[in-house]
Amino acid sequence: MQLSGNYQTADAIQGSLVDLHRGDAAILDGIDLPGEEARRLMELGFLPGTRITAGRSAPGGDPQVFQVDGSEIALRRETARRLKVRREKVAKPVHTPRA
Amino acid sequence: MSGCSDCQTCEAATVPFPGPRTGPKTVAVIGPPNSGKTTLFNRLTGLRQKVANFPGVTVEQHTGIATLPDGRQVQLIDLPGVYSLSPRSEDEQVAFDVLTGRREDTARPEAVLLVLDATNLSRNLMLAAPILALGMPTLVILNMADDLASRGGRVDLKKLSAELGAPVALIAARQGTGVEQVFDFLAGAMPKPEPKQLPVLQDVPKCRAWAGQVGEQAAYLPPIPPKWTRRLDAVFLHPVWGPLIFVAVVVGIFQTIFGIAAPSKDAIGWLVQGSGKWIATVLPDSLFRSLLLGGVWSGVGSVIAFLPQVLLLFLFIGILEDSGYLARAALIADRTMAKVGLQGKSFIPLLSAYACAVPAILSTRTIENKRDRIATILVAPFMTCSARLPVYILIVAAFIPKKQLLGPFLSEGAAAILGLYLLGFAMAVLTARVLKSSILKSGRTPFLLEMPSYRWPTFQSIGLRLLDRSKVFLHRAGTIILVVTVILWVMVNVPYTNGHRPKIEDSLAGVAGRTIEPIIKPLGFNWKIGIGLITAVAARETIIATLGTIYGMDPQSDKHGLEAALHHDLTPGGAVALLIFFAFAMQCISTIAVVRRETGGWKWPAAQFAYMTAVAYTGAFAAAHIIH
Repeated sequence: MQLSGNYQTADAIQGSLVDLHRGDAAILDGIDLPGEEARRLMELGFLPGTRITAGRSAPGGDPQVFQVDGSEIALRRETARRLKVRREKVAKPVHTPRA
Repeated sequence: MSGCSDCQTCEAATVPFPGPRTGPKTVAVIGPPNSGKTTLFNRLTGLRQKVANFPGVTVEQHTGIATLPDGRQVQLIDLPGVYSLSPRSEDEQVAFDVLTGRREDTARPEAVLLVLDATNLSRNLMLAAPILALGMPTLVILNMADDLASRGGRVDLKKLSAELGAPVALIAARQGTGVEQVFDFLAGAMPKPEPKQLPVLQDVPKCRAWAGQVGEQAAYLPPIPPKWTRRLDAVFLHPVWGPLIFVAVVVGIFQTIFGIAAPSKDAIGWLVQGSGKWIATVLPDSLFRSLLLGGVWSGVGSVIAFLPQVLLLFLFIGILEDSGYLARAALIADRTMAKVGLQGKSFIPLLSAYACAVPAILSTRTIENKRDRIATILVAPFMTCSARLPVYILIVAAFIPKKQLLGPFLSEGAAAILGLYLLGFAMAVLTARVLKSSILKSGRTPFLLEMPSYRWPTFQSIGLRLLDRSKVFLHRAGTIILVVTVILWVMVNVPYTNGHRPKIEDSLAGVAGRTIEPIIKPLGFNWKIGIGLITAVAARETIIATLGTIYGMDPQSDKHGLEAALHHDLTPGGAVALLIFFAFAMQCISTIAVVRRETGGWKWPAAQFAYMTAVAYTGAFAAAHIIH
């Protein structure tokens, strides 16, 4: 916990996809899911190092749509929570190449 | 982009392949979901396709014949949409098995048409790696050329072809532009691919990096995001408007399907009766005429009356699916479904089960998770299908007084029927909960749903689907239902002595009814209801026709009509018991058959039939003993 606290003062904020609000972008660090499921996500574009932008969601915020690698994929919170991201400190809407 | 001039590999081998062939070449069509694979398949094959069912696997395949300009024919196999070829899910397993020739029921394809979405080429190219690695002649088809161009994207086809070592075609399958390049490939020599390099297939990041490099080499410029999709999502996924539109769409579909139920049934009923009367005047009075009219015409005819409703349902599903709204609807419904333990994709099948469980169970194919899919299949028959409605109306009209409950808005009879609908829904939810927290637990598989861009549905695609469904529906009416009807007719007429049919209680059907009477007596049913229950296993509404025949043969009950006869034979408790029995029991041979086919064996339909019958019996028993 101490470490992540220190991280916030650096140039990146660590968290998971659920921490992103609509329009926020972040870089995927890793997927905390069993191999097969992580692979499935990776095939859809959720690869470490990829920029992910949070999009609209169902009423109540779950599931949420994420723009990743040129497409829009909806994930439930329980899955989004397992996708660890680091965010640039200035959170502003970032244009992905295509969505 | 014109013809084959762009692909170097074609130029290298322009000599036509003269090899003698027996039968048409087989070519597989594969691509990621939403790449327009099926649109192209329909474009290439037109109406000459058939639905083939891979036995033991719950995936339905389409095969079709494409006729080349020179008159030769090519057999095309439409494989399921997949993101990769590593065989893990059922869809991928089928694709992998077909491509590698491991399916005994399908000839190994000689070539592959790889369909990719040109508007998201970099990611789509990931699938090219495992396909090219198969070493089979491959045409890489970049679909949605129109979207790519209108949104300012571009790609160098020559360079892409050089990188992949395979011919590349840029087409727009929906408009049909560029499709002649596909025919050129199919008619040509079909050389084996020679890609410059391929990544390690098991390594997803390396595959993605390779795809990115290939895109870069081909000077791929991705198009800007689709403006209209963003605008429409601002409405359809709006926190307030989104759910309201969703409810309006659901209610609208529900209302329309029931709105046309009576007129369409009347119209087809008029046709069936008219043609029946004509047969009665043409054929002499004989056993054959009795079979034709009393059996085939009334039995199969009553089922065909449901065709317009089924087609209307598939029209709505087709529009929702092709336009891209279905994915949004599934997103909005996901939370509610999650509470029951199912996922958003289960919502459409459960909704359509209000019309009929058979198309509902067929539409569970969109659910990737096998356990979720089976759970949805198992609870779908609890939803009140349209076959239950005539039974409800008959019994309610016979027993519930015509009193208003809420002024002119709701009568006691309507409230009772509404209550039965809610009862079915409650049992479906309860069963789903139990299944998902016990034998079909599957919290671990992530819910992934790609949101496709909105598109206009095309008449061709939806028309083909409706045609397909009509064929399936009429086939069923002409097989299962026809057979059951004929068997029933025979059972009522056996033993046939001295040119007369037996008294109904002495006929085979009557004996069957009296045999099960001890079992159904605790529910307040007599042997006549028993025959109705037996025939209702084929299809629920058959009980009406059966009781009509049985009471019709007794001069005393015949005078007063079916309602009065029922009133005489059943206590109020027995009537409620009968309603509850119909609400819960799995009396539909088509549903049993479709569950067997979709789950690939008798295990699930047997368990489902036993469970639903047990629930129905218990419910009816309780009702018969509580209400006097």
